[in-house]
Order: sequence, then structure tokens, then C-alpha cells
Amino acid sequence: MSAPLIELSRIERVFHLGDSQVHALQSIDLCIAAGEYVAVMGPSGSGKSTLLNLLGLLDRPDSGSYRLAGRDVTTLSADEQARVRSERVGFVFQSFHLVPRLTAAENIALPMVLAGIAPAERGERVRQALRDYGLENRADHRPDQLSGGQRQRVAIARATIMQPALVLADEPTGNLDRTTGEEVMRLLEELNRGGVTLIVVTHDGALGARARRQLLMADGALQQDRPGSGGTPSEACALPT
Amino acid sequence: MRAADLIRFARDAASGSPLRTSLLILAMAIGVAAVVVLTALADGARRYVLNQFSAIGSNLVIVLPGRSQTGGFNPGNAITSTPRDLTIDDAQALLRASAVHRVAPLAVGTSEISVGGRLREVMVAGTTAEFIAVRRLSLAQGRFLPPGDWRRGASEAVIGARIRDELFGRDEALGQLVRVGDRRCRIVGVLAATGQGLGMNTDELVIVPVALAQAMFNSNTLFRILVEANSREAIAPAKAQVSEIIRLRHEGEQDVTVITQDAVLATFDRLLGTLTVAVAGIAAISLAVAGILVMNVMLVSVTQRTAEIGLLKALGATRATIRNAFLTEAAMLSLAGALLGFALGHAAAALIRQLYPAFPALPPDWAVLAGVATALATGLAFGVLPARRAALLDPVQSLARR
Repeated sequence: MSAPLIELSRIERVFHLGDSQVHALQSIDLCIAAGEYVAVMGPSGSGKSTLLNLLGLLDRPDSGSYRLAGRDVTTLSADEQARVRSERVGFVFQSFHLVPRLTAAENIALPMVLAGIAPAERGERVRQALRDYGLENRADHRPDQLSGGQRQRVAIARATIMQPALVLADEPTGNLDRTTGEEVMRLLEELNRGGVTLIVVTHDGALGARARRQLLMADGALQQDRPGSGGTPSEACALPT
Repeated sequence: MRAADLIRFARDAASGSPLRTSLLILAMAIGVAAVVVLTALADGARRYVLNQFSAIGSNLVIVLPGRSQTGGFNPGNAITSTPRDLTIDDAQALLRASAVHRVAPLAVGTSEISVGGRLREVMVAGTTAEFIAVRRLSLAQGRFLPPGDWRRGASEAVIGARIRDELFGRDEALGQLVRVGDRRCRIVGVLAATGQGLGMNTDELVIVPVALAQAMFNSNTLFRILVEANSREAIAPAKAQVSEIIRLRHEGEQDVTVITQDAVLATFDRLLGTLTVAVAGIAAISLAVAGILVMNVMLVSVTQRTAEIGLLKALGATRATIRNAFLTEAAMLSLAGALLGFALGHAAAALIRQLYPAFPALPPDWAVLAGVATALATGLAFGVLPARRAALLDPVQSLARR
């Protein structure tokens, strides 16, 4: 169907807490094809957030290799990784992480500002994003003047403004009530239908069940890789040799 | 990140915490204002002293009887150790020197002036018509002593403004006959009030022809000879020529002292200039303190904005971008503080000038430039550490912070 977007092989991540070592990730082998919808589930401390950070190049593995779109990204310098994040990865956080002093429009434009995109093009794309996410009349509001659902919509607009191939969402509905959470998930799934690879970390079984593929983690290891209710996982992703 | 975006981002970040920002700008402003005001005071003092000296006249070479420095053995010393007096002939002889523009002899003594029953002790200066030009004095009324033979002099007097006020009050002074010592003189002019001039207050002076003064004091010696050189550059040759002429006239003996106003001026200028630099240095300490404050405030800012820094990194900001953002903020705050301090300092200097008009409290340009530049440099230098800290933050841990 499509080429693998993410290939992890024998990924290890160890944290040192005082004298003891915590194996946050243990020999993870994982392949995710472009366009997949994956839920990462597991109890807290199971390493799912560490996995997400690693996939988003915010963290480096202690060993193993990570190939993103066919390119080995584990050996990249910090600044090269920043460029990859800018161009290919969008983050959605549980606590939204909007910059409080910036308006909704400015928050959405932030990745483009950091990437040095011309203001004229920025304005055009922000206007489009505000229309797409129904935030037109909230453009000049600051985050504290927005509801939780609106904040997360701003965050999603920001995550997608650079048109990334990969969107990583860490408990995107964790701070929202059920209805707003539902609305946010619909937006994310719509993105996935548009071809964006979506990886959602959650400990909510119902939410995880919506994904076409579910990864269950425990103690830093992948316990189970099963198809969810959303459909069958892509077969194109052959295990790396 | 584009430069314009960087500046807007830094501005928004700074205005996002108004109290912190305004305190920092204030600290920087006080530092710069201190430099401006203190150097204005020091340089004002320098100018004040120089003005006082310049009031005596410019390009001035002064001849004093007697020698103030020893010159080793001189055959003249073996015969007589008494210096010859300066005479009117000596003064006239100086006119031959090519570098000399004007010469004014000066004989000075104290006497009494009286008119209509009022009596006052005064200093009497006997001189010639050139005196007013050499000393750069101006007249309020009437005329000065007429040019003519230095050995004769009409019984005429020019009086200082204060003497006029005390003797005549509101009455007309010109043309009045006054008694000076045992002579009767007619007042032909009144000097404009100056109140300046080191050593001799011209407001309380009575000026008569030099021949008359010498007759009055029963002496044929001069107190000083004032020589005006042709130009500033001619001061040194004039000094040499004057020394030589007097030496020849005094049978080869160097028994006068020739001083230039320039040398005195230069000494004071150097002295007070050094003082200005020293004061500027002291004031610069306050700038260093402000710089440390910048560092503290920026470090606090980095700590407070850890989550934001993590977010920026997640959104694709490179280390350089984050470092530049914080450096820009530090530079902007320093610049704002420097400009405010510049304005405050100039306002304070203007206030001092308003309160004490005689005191030219103007900050020198170099001090203002150095103050503003030091503010910017310290702001940036002390901004580097916090900016580096921000750039090196670990994104995962930063994002976990609230």
C-alpha cells in the first residue's frame, strides 16, 4: 500500500534515577506505514510517552535505530532534528501548551514563524486554518479567553499548519470533557483520513479502540500489536531485516 | 526565524511580564543616567574653570618681574641678585617682537576714590588703551583710555560697574570728577559688569593711564606686562621672543618670568579631563550592576518560560533560534533602558543648567556614547548565559514543566 514512515529497530531508552536504572523502552521493534492510525496504550510508566517523544525526535534512544521516511534520524544533530520536527512532525499535547501571551492566530502561526516563512503566506495559511477549525471569530483571543475545546482546536491547527506527515497526540482529550473530547478526536481522525499518519497516546480504552491499530505497552516493552475496531493495520509494512 | 519576527517575539515576551521588564529597564536607565549626569557635572566643572581662565583674555603671555625658577649659575647673579624692575620701556620694546600683537603694561596699587563725601578703598590699575582689547573687557558706558604716548596720560579714569553703583547710584557717572589718591580724575567710561576674572575683579577696579598710576604710587615699575600673541600658534614664539627681548634689555640676565595662559589652561584641562574620565568609570560600575540584574532577570525569565521553550523546540525551533530570541530580548531591554537613561540624564543635566546658569553642565559626547554602548554591551554579555541555558534545555523535561 505505502512505504513505511516509521521504522524502529531494537530501540532502548534507559533513565538513570540515582543509582537505579529504569528501562523506559526495551528493545522496541516497530514499523508504522504512512497514513496509519495508531493508538499507543498502557498504564502510566509503561513508556508510551517516552516512545512518543522519541518518535517526535524530542528524545534520543540509547541504542537502536529510528528511520523516519527512509532516513536514519538517530544520528542527526540537534539542529537537524529540529528541522525534521519543523517539517514532518506536529505535536498535540494534553495540556495544549499554547503560548499565553499570543493570540489564537499567532499561536497557530508560531511554527511558520520559527521556520522563517514569509508573513504574507503565513497570513493566508492561518486564515485557512482558522476557517477549517471554526475559529474565525476567535482569531484575536488569547488562550485564557478560549474554552478547552477551542484551545485544543488551536493546538491542532498549530500542529498541522506545516502540513506534517506525522501527528503525535499525547492524551489529547485528557483535559477535556467527553463531548469536547469527541469533537477533538473527530478532527484528528479527519486529518488521518486526509493521509496524515496519526499516533495517539492514551490510557482510555474506548479512545484507543477507535484506532485501526493498537499498541499495548507494559514496562517499556511492546506487549501486543493488534488491529482495532477502526479497521485492519496496513500490511505493507514488512518487518525490517 | 526572520529578524522582524524575532524582534516581535522578543517584544511580546518582554511586554508579557510588565513589572519585570520595567524594573529592568529602570535599572539600566539609572545606570546610563548616572553616567550622563556625573560626566555632565565633571565636564561642567572643567568648562567652568576654563571659562574663568579664558575670561582673562586669550592668547595671553604674561611677564612678571623676578624669576620663579633657578637657572643655575649666571654671571649676573654674582654681581647682583636683585632683579631689575619691569619698566614702561621694557613694555614698549616688546612691541618689536614679530609674534606679538598687542602689549599692555600694568601698574597696580591700592588707593582711595572719593566723590561728594563718599570714600572707598579701591584697586587702581595703571595701563594703556590696549588693555581693554588684551583682557577682552567691554564698556557699559563712555570710552576707554585714549591711545597715545604711554608716558603721558590725561587725568582720566575708567571705573568698574560696582564702583559706579556704590559711588553714584542712579546718578550719571560719566564726566564726573573724582579724587583718586591725591589726584583729580574725570570719569570717561564704565566697564560692563562681569564678576569674573581670577585674582582681579574688574567690577571693583579703577583704571587710569599708566603714567598717572606710576606718579600716584611714586614708582616707575610695572606689576605685569600683558602680551597678546598674534594667534594661538604664535603663543610659543611670542613667549620666546619676549624672554629674549627682556633678557637683552636687562644686560643678559633672565630676571623675569614669562608664563602663558595656555600652559595653565592645558594643565587644568588635563586635570579636570582626567577627573571626568574617572567619574565616568565610577558611574560605569552602576552599569555593570545593571548588567548583572539583566542576567538575573533573564535567568528567571528562562525558568518561568521553560515550558514555552520546550514547546518552541517541539515546534521545530533550533538552538540558535532560541538563543537569539533571548539575546534579542536582553538587547531590547538594554536598548530601551539606555535610551530612557539617555533622556533622563539629559533632562537632569538641563535642570542643573536651569538652576545654575553659570555652570555649563553638559555631558561630553564621548561619555554619552560610551554610556549607551556599555549598557548595550553589558546587557548582551550578561544575556548570553541565560540565552545559552535556554537553548540547551532538554525539550522533554521542559515540556513536562507547567
